[in-house]
Amino acid sequence: MHNSPDALFRALADPTRRALFEKLCAGGEQTVGGLTAQGQVSQPAVSKHLAVLKQAGLVQDRHEGRQTHYSAQLKALSPLLDWTNQMTRFWESRFDDLEDLLKRMDQ
Amino acid sequence: MNDTATQLRTVVVEREFPYPPEKLWRALTQPHLIEAWLMKNDFVPQPGHHFNFTAEWGAVNCEVREVEPQRTLSYTWSAYGLESVVTWTLEATGKGTHLRMEQAGFRPDQEQAYQGAKFGWQRYFNTLEELAAKEFA
Repeated sequence: MHNSPDALFRALADPTRRALFEKLCAGGEQTVGGLTAQGQVSQPAVSKHLAVLKQAGLVQDRHEGRQTHYSAQLKALSPLLDWTNQMTRFWESRFDDLEDLLKRMDQ
Repeated sequence: MNDTATQLRTVVVEREFPYPPEKLWRALTQPHLIEAWLMKNDFVPQPGHHFNFTAEWGAVNCEVREVEPQRTLSYTWSAYGLESVVTWTLEATGKGTHLRMEQAGFRPDQEQAYQGAKFGWQRYFNTLEELAAKEFA
């Protein structure tokens, strides 16, 4: 399964989703109920966020009886962890800001 | 063993600006101007000078290597224990200046060490947030 960095960015740009993902990274597999109990976000909201994370390939679900267990998929982060991609994005955005600065210096 | 040079990671970003090299040089070397587009810093255009770039997500430790006014500027760039060298090249064109940034970095085996030992979630997510904010601005 291949995920574009954009989908990952979108999934992780939200602080609540990021917190959920971090919980799964730190605490291992958990159910929606378990994840809801720890935070201040409602269960339907948690489920919705998990669905976005799942779509981005960041979490995987496993059904066991009536419960669904969620786990973090660290491998999905690899496109973001690639140094070359990350630095290229960084410098391109710096170049944009440099361009803005040069325009201002004209005035 | 493979040739080390070919194992290095390199990032190149180039752009043409409708301004003379003199103006770009100022933006690249004057601390208050650098801060406006890159990061807070205590840069001095003098080879051997140690300085830092600082941002909310952390700091980059640098040392000036080469200064050739309005032509070349390079400094080491060390962040999260990873070493690289950033080299700026300015070339006057008929319409302005061609600016080239090359960052030559660590080897893949260092990257593995980095991901294994120096991986900090909080730092990583802070950086990501900053990138994401720019991405979707």
